[in-house]
Amino acid sequence: MLNVLAQTAAGEMVEGLKAIGAGLGYGLAAIGPGIGIGTVVGNAISAMARQPESAGMARTTMFLGIAFTEALALIGFVVFILLLP
Amino acid sequence: MSDSSTFVADLSEVTPERDIARDLAKRAVWVAPVFVAVGAVGWGATGAASAAVALILVVANFLIGAAIITRAVRISLNALYGAVLFGYLIRLGALAVIAVVLKGSGDWFSAVPFAITLLVTHLGLLTWETRHVSASLAFPGLAPEPVSQVTPEENHSK
Repeated sequence: MLNVLAQTAAGEMVEGLKAIGAGLGYGLAAIGPGIGIGTVVGNAISAMARQPESAGMARTTMFLGIAFTEALALIGFVVFILLLP
Repeated sequence: MSDSSTFVADLSEVTPERDIARDLAKRAVWVAPVFVAVGAVGWGATGAASAAVALILVVANFLIGAAIITRAVRISLNALYGAVLFGYLIRLGALAVIAVVLKGSGDWFSAVPFAITLLVTHLGLLTWETRHVSASLAFPGLAPEPVSQVTPEENHSK
């Protein structure tokens, strides 16, 4: 393993580490929004089940909440695409 | 037992997320020339093409998200929960695949204008739409009349 690493050109190593970092960053950045979307949808479903007459408003707020939460994941995506070699 | 089916039928009659997504798509068409022009001025033809691709991705993301919710609500609330979360995962995966493909597709793609357009349009369009929705909730007269509730006779009389 060390021999392989020693034979690898420094540039290739940096490119490979960049790719690994980009993938890891994107994956880690997706965890928080995933939890957030789960919370948003769970509470919206509770609201719809308790008050079906306000389902339209709950779904409107839910969709906007999901989209805003996804913006966090998009920031991770942007970092991913900028770091991608 | 019939209560749940009635409830699901009631939920599927209104599609606010689809209306919002279509509204966002319309606004994206309005602002598209600005972002394409900024991309063209800053990065040339590659910037314009990258900004256009970013706009298409943002609109497609909104429309697909809304379509997933609309279809899942017709099934059940449990299906809605699963569909939204799995839809999120699948859309993120699709974005990653698209990013890798775009990066490797040649010299026509520029990452910086793509990233700027993606973030600014996503957040900007959402903020714009949220202001509109807030105003509609505070002043219901501002809300457009749903097309599905207008009968042909009413439409003709207008």
